[in-house]
Amino acid sequence: MELKTKVHAEEGKQELIVTREFDLPLELLFRAYTEPEILEEWMGTKVLKLENKKHGSWQFETTDPAGNKHGFSGTIHDFVPEERITRTFEMENSGFGVQLEFLEFEKLTEDTSKLRMHIIYKTLEERAQYLKIGMARGMGLAHNRLEKAAIKFKK
Amino acid sequence: MNLRRDVFQAIADPTRRAILLLVATHAMTAGAIAANFDTARPTVSKHLAILTECELLKQEQNGREIYYHLNPHKMKEIADFIEPFRKMWDDRFNKLEDIMKKYQTKK
Repeated sequence: MELKTKVHAEEGKQELIVTREFDLPLELLFRAYTEPEILEEWMGTKVLKLENKKHGSWQFETTDPAGNKHGFSGTIHDFVPEERITRTFEMENSGFGVQLEFLEFEKLTEDTSKLRMHIIYKTLEERAQYLKIGMARGMGLAHNRLEKAAIKFKK
Repeated sequence: MNLRRDVFQAIADPTRRAILLLVATHAMTAGAIAANFDTARPTVSKHLAILTECELLKQEQNGREIYYHLNPHKMKEIADFIEPFRKMWDDRFNKLEDIMKKYQTKK
């Protein structure tokens, strides 16, 4: 099976590149990043604020199964519709530093598009820690799916 | 946690990455490895010690010489490490695609 999402993490660098091709026109892919209701649906988060413009800012909030609330926020440095979003990203009260994100949207064909996320961390260690968190999340997601599938069999 | 045993810490150094590339094709002695670098021999020995500690390199005694060779299993561990992270994004993006397809048909 072809890998749709690719992660490029070169050793010794505090950056990460995530690329993904979508079976969606560029316009629809971009809307997934700009319409709060849509963003809430696929990110599984609550959107408290989303000012997609230069000098704007954003604020998300997620609630974990234990009921704890986690804040995510940042500022938007550059916003060009259907082209790019440059923003900072911070997990509040996590001890992690701020990261810089370059999101580049590209039209491939009338029905397909591509997203390239270029993330820069403050240090090499922070990237490693972030990957570890992502790994735990990835495992969690796989586990959740397994659980859902198992419940179906029960019924 | 002992950082020196962390494979990511081990490959963070350019000299150590160069050493791994050197021994990738065939096992080499510490002397032969050191000959490829301008750095002092003890510095190279230190790098070899770190790479051995985190199991990226394996030592093999051959007569009076110790040969260093690459441990491919440990290298694979590095590649496997990123995989679940990739999966997390893949799941998220798949969801995005599914949701947006609904909007596409609505049009």
